[in-house]
Amino acid sequence: MAPAETAITEKEYMRSGHMGCPGCGLASTIRLVMKVLGEKTIVVMIPSCVGPISGNYPNSVFEVPCFHSAFEIAAPTAAGIANALKVQGRDDIIPVAFAGDGGTFDIGLQSLSGAADRNDNFLYICLDNEAYMNTGIQSSSSTPQDVWTMTTPGGREGKKKKFMQIIAAHRMPYAATASFGHPHDLMAKVKRAKEVKGTRFIHTLTPCPTGWRMPEDISARAAMLAVETKLFPLYEIIDGTEYRITHQPQGLPVSEYTKIQGRYRHFTEEHIARLQKEVDYEWAQLVARTKGIC
Amino acid sequence: MRQLLQGNYAVAEAVRLSRVQVVAAYPITPQTPIYERLSDMELEGKLTGVMMRTESEHSAMAACVAASLTGVRTFTATASQGLALMHEMLHFASGNRVPIVMCNVNRVIAVPWAFGSDQSDSLSQRDTGWLQLYCEDAQEALDTVIQAYRIAEQALFPVMVAIDGFFTSHFMEPIEIPDQQTVDAYLPPFSIPTRFNIEDPAFISSVVSPEQYMGYRERSFADMEKTRPIIREANREYQEIVGRGYGVVEPVDTDDADIVLVTSGAMTSTARVAIASLRAKGHKAGLLKIKAFRPFPTEEVQEALKNVSKVAVLDRNISLGKEGIFCHELKSALYPLPRRPMVSGYIAGICGADVSPEMIEDMVLETLKRDKPTDLPTWVRRETWLQQKQQ
Repeated sequence: MAPAETAITEKEYMRSGHMGCPGCGLASTIRLVMKVLGEKTIVVMIPSCVGPISGNYPNSVFEVPCFHSAFEIAAPTAAGIANALKVQGRDDIIPVAFAGDGGTFDIGLQSLSGAADRNDNFLYICLDNEAYMNTGIQSSSSTPQDVWTMTTPGGREGKKKKFMQIIAAHRMPYAATASFGHPHDLMAKVKRAKEVKGTRFIHTLTPCPTGWRMPEDISARAAMLAVETKLFPLYEIIDGTEYRITHQPQGLPVSEYTKIQGRYRHFTEEHIARLQKEVDYEWAQLVARTKGIC
Repeated sequence: MRQLLQGNYAVAEAVRLSRVQVVAAYPITPQTPIYERLSDMELEGKLTGVMMRTESEHSAMAACVAASLTGVRTFTATASQGLALMHEMLHFASGNRVPIVMCNVNRVIAVPWAFGSDQSDSLSQRDTGWLQLYCEDAQEALDTVIQAYRIAEQALFPVMVAIDGFFTSHFMEPIEIPDQQTVDAYLPPFSIPTRFNIEDPAFISSVVSPEQYMGYRERSFADMEKTRPIIREANREYQEIVGRGYGVVEPVDTDDADIVLVTSGAMTSTARVAIASLRAKGHKAGLLKIKAFRPFPTEEVQEALKNVSKVAVLDRNISLGKEGIFCHELKSALYPLPRRPMVSGYIAGICGADVSPEMIEDMVLETLKRDKPTDLPTWVRRETWLQQKQQ
């Protein structure tokens, strides 16, 4: 049973007919986020898969004002709007920035850090599909280790950046991970974030059938499996210190998640074992943080 | 009110008087005192707006663009590397047609690392779609910032006000500060509507087709042409209300001149001394100060130089592979004239190197002696100039 506070309402703030790929995890995530944020929202988006989703001139997928800003400035754009709204006494309007993993983990990291440091009043939603998908599947610092992309044809050497730890280090009043595979949890978090002042950050994992090399009808399943294998746990961080796990994962083997995706096709048992070990370690770390141990 | 102020502080006074609502800034020499003074003003409750202390100039300009689109008056200041870092955002500002006013304190660009005055930073941003106004001194800087808001908000283009690093930014000068009532009478409250209207949502800067893009650029070009009368009118009214004014160019003794020296920025003051001295020695020398670089004052330049046989252009900047940038632009503006003057380019004062009135006099005299034009500029450095004098 869905909790009443996150019952999925009929009113849409994202029109049908977006130009993303079929099964796009970003589109589904944005749709749910917008349902919670409502009409008094200004959307900031940047070059990413949100571009095609938003539509080309004269179309717009959003029912609210939207600004297509530049790649590395999702945060200062939303911050600039927030400060202008403050001057105008319009605290009832929330600026929300939608940015991909490239725009957040890589090129936009500095400007996000600056905005979070000033605690400017906006919500930042990172739509993480673990590579530069809009330009056609190139590796980012969010791409998991050994995973195939067009620029890591032999598997990525580096490990996925532990981004929530960077976020926690900024002591934002509210930060969370969320997944459209667990829509009520996602919406509850957007609702909580909406009620907080200051810089708020939600990291969403948004499966990409095109880049993850999987059928277009299993995005939600992939999103859910990432959570249930503990690979992408769902939690909140308050003021950068107080951790809360919001969903107890089933603890399925990571292979349940990797085997449905072509980008992991070359994974051997050794790869899987290493990944499982890392996931177990990270989960233990997260649990320890919820107890204030580390 | 008359106060002894450095140019940076004069700019800060202009920002205060213009009732700017969002200031986003990042420190860089020699601009930093503007940022510091505005911070003091904020603490003292004299600044009507919000200060955003960004982590880079790039983000400062990003924030100004976003705030301006939301419907408030914005300001930032930068120099040199900071302006170069902003480059992408400069296009973004003009493309979005936001009336941001920025003070760029001219400083060399690395490498080598140095700090002196040099216009190469702002002139490198020539094609970003910003208006560029160069100031001779701190008083002009104050007056130009206030005028810039009138121009920017009427034309819907961002305006860059350029002042010379240290010479203008740090030297103390007696500055006439207009009172708030006078400035209010000149500069109406910001009235550009928000582009983010909740009641009437729109999608700002979405993706367009090649035909639409080219059409947009063509309209932007036409709109930039329309800024010419706006700049003139903004100055005329400022003169009427505040009592001071500056043209897009300022011709001095050009009517009967055989030779005219063309300058911009702070070196103009030195050139005034040189020209007066040459006049006293019986030379029919004139001066043309260029204030507006974008849009380039083609008509005014043609008018001032159409009957002159020789022109010397003094540039505190250099475009490798060509010449001084003002010289280059000036030649292009003179090309349509039926009788064109012979133009000689001089590069001096790079990185704030010393330029004395005597050095400038020699440049003018050398141009007078020349009978053939040269496309290459003449470099004038104090050290080599002194050596030549001794020979």
